[in-house]
Parts: sequence; C-alpha cells; structure tokens
Amino acid sequence: MKQQRMMIHGVILGVFCLGFAFILAVTDRLTAKDIAARALEDRQNSLSQVIPDSIHNNNPVTNTILMKDGQGNEITVYRATREGKVTGVAYEIFGSGYAGKIKLMLGVDAQGKVLGVRVLAHKETPGLGDKIETKKGDWILRFNDLSLGNPPVEKWKVKKDGGQFDQFAGATITPRGVVRAIREGLEFFAANKAQMTDIDASKAPMKEAH
Amino acid sequence: MATEYKTIVKDGLWENNGVLGMLLGLCPTMAMTTSATNGLGMGLATAVVMAASSLLVSVFRSRITQEVRIPVFILIVAAMVTLVDLCMNAWMHELYKVLGLFIPLIVSNCLPLARLEAFAAKEPVMPSLMDGIFMGIGFTLALTAIGAVREVTGAGTLFADASLLLGPAFKFMEMHLMPPDMGVLMMILPPGGFLVAGLLVVGKRILDVRAGKAIQMGGAHSAA
Repeated sequence: MKQQRMMIHGVILGVFCLGFAFILAVTDRLTAKDIAARALEDRQNSLSQVIPDSIHNNNPVTNTILMKDGQGNEITVYRATREGKVTGVAYEIFGSGYAGKIKLMLGVDAQGKVLGVRVLAHKETPGLGDKIETKKGDWILRFNDLSLGNPPVEKWKVKKDGGQFDQFAGATITPRGVVRAIREGLEFFAANKAQMTDIDASKAPMKEAH
Repeated sequence: MATEYKTIVKDGLWENNGVLGMLLGLCPTMAMTTSATNGLGMGLATAVVMAASSLLVSVFRSRITQEVRIPVFILIVAAMVTLVDLCMNAWMHELYKVLGLFIPLIVSNCLPLARLEAFAAKEPVMPSLMDGIFMGIGFTLALTAIGAVREVTGAGTLFADASLLLGPAFKFMEMHLMPPDMGVLMMILPPGGFLVAGLLVVGKRILDVRAGKAIQMGGAHSAA
C-alpha cells in the first residue's frame, strides 16, 4: 500500500514533466524560425553599423570567409567588396568584462582603420557597464577611425592603465575588456591582412540567407 | 465574493506587497532596480509569469500531491519563464532586446513560488489568477519605486530609456533632473539597493502604524 502511494508521486511529477516538456518543445518549434530570422536581422543591422554602405556594393552577410584566431577558434569574417576589391571586413571579437564575455562586432577597412565597433551581447551591470551600448552612450564611437598606430599600441589601454581611453564612472573592467578586445582584433587583422583582403580567398559555405 | 477580491487587490498592492511587505524576491529586486525603467520591465515580466503560473497551479491543484508540490511548482514557473522568453524573442523582438536580460532571472525569484504555495495551491482558479496579477503589479510598483529613487539620486535621471521599453510614445517620461555628475554612484551600486529598499519598507510600516494597523510580519495568507 505504502509502496503504491510512493509511486503515485513519481507518476504525477513525471506526467507534469512530460506535459510541460511537450509544451516547451512545441513552442520551441513554433518560434525557432522567427527567432533565427530575428537573429539574422540583428546581424545584418550590426554589420551595416560597422561597415558603411558607401564603401561596398555587395551584401557582406553573404561574402564570408572562415579563419582561425590565435586560440584556434573559428571566426567568420564578413567582407565588403567594391569593384573587385575588398574594401572592408567585419568580424566578431570578444572581451572579458565584469560579468562574462562581451561580444562585439568590429569593422575594419582595408588599411586596418576602425570603421566602427558595436556591442552585440554582454552581461555587464545595467546602469554602469552598459554604457558601451550605443543606446546608452556614445563611448564606443570614439574608436572610429583609429588604428594600431594611432594611438600607438602602448596607448591602447584605459586611462587607469596608462592608456588614452576613458573608463566610465563606476566601471573600469568593462571598458578595459572592450579596449583590449579591439586592440587584439586589430592585431588579428594586421597578422592576417593578406588573406582577409584577398578577393579570391575561398568563401565559407554559406548558410541560406534570407 | 466582492470583498474577497478587494482583499486580494489590497494584499497584492499594499498590505502584503511582495517586496515591501513580505520582503520576498529581493534578489532580482536588488539586481534590477538600478533605474525605474529596469524595475518596471522586470516587474512586468514577473507579473506575466506569476499570473500564468498561479492560474496553472490552481487548475491542477487537486492533482498535485503534497509531497511533490514544490518540484511541480518550480517546473511550472520555469516552464512559464521559458515560454515567455521564447515567445518574446520571436514576436516582440524589440521589447525582448531590452527585457530579455531580465527574464531568466524570474526563475530565481521566490515570490512566485511563495504565492503558489500560499495561495494558488489552495484557492479556486479566479481568485488565484487575480492574486497572481495583483501580486505581480504590486511587485512592479515596488521595483519601479525603488528604481526611481536609486535612479534619481544615483544618475540624476528618471525613467531614462523608457521609450526603449514601452515604445517611442513614452519618450515624455524620460527626465533629466540633475546633471549626471551630481549623482551619488553608491545608490546605483548594490548598497544603494539595500538602503532604498530598507527605507521604503520603513516608510510603509510608518504609514501602516499611522493608519492604526498592527504591523504585519509575513501577513495573513503567507505561509512561506
């Protein structure tokens, strides 16, 4: 008798788990396509912010090459082309912030000058570290037109570390991570410039683009 | 019946207010009230989850045995949170970009769980739904109030970025009350959260005492 009572609890819990798992699975199916479409739109939006329309006449989302960074991670490089020349590239870079990774998109022209940087995702403290978003401040815009020699490499740091970039009140770790990520991103470009700007570099197999 | 609903509304909004009365859900409260807009967003998302899970628990209340009720409640809250998260990501993407950060945090809020245990598990469907909604609104009001105080004293603004959350029509809510350098940074940092929440709790108690009510610890319905 007691055994049977014990059973019933397990059965009830199991039925609820199954039921909600089913509901979640259905919802996931229903939303997956829309979520993927939104993610692609977001990507296109962030690309158009770091690669100005004026320098290319292709769609950079569809012209990509795969590369490996120093740690062996695969990086997708989006390329802007015009009249048979690569005029700019954009790729994701990662900074270590106060609360995990900060994901950014860095746009660089063929000479290694920053076209623009935008934050794609971060978990920084709202109200403090989130000033790296363009919605919350224009801090991130100060990197436009800078390059590895301008300012010199040893100045690619926040002011607190002896560099030239302002940290913001209450948050040093976040801007430090961003500055470092951009510097490393530019070094990555400098090291791989030939391949990244080679118009004939083998294209990455492209997932269907909408 | 009408008086019962009146009690539910009063309980949720003031008497047993989740944060200021029962001191529940303090983890998301401290984390998300760095601005009035953040508090409002977190509160609204929580209210939706609370209403949905109260409704579900009440519907199934006779099927859930005493021994497994807690895991089932947690399962229901977590499922609702995931559901809201997926649907908003797909169909309310602009809002999701602002709120998305807060939504998974609702699982770690003990207020929904406490209300399921103390109310929805025992009461009929309609009162439970009402309890979920009004506890949620009360939570929203408390978070917005704490956020407003912290934002004004810490950053000198009020409802900054409200238009990102509520749409461009609410641009008028965004106010700059002080030059940004005037703000006391501590108010935005975690200590400010504890200070402001504590002061608001004291304020509520003073008002209650003035009104001649006995100070309620935990409150009438609360067993948690």
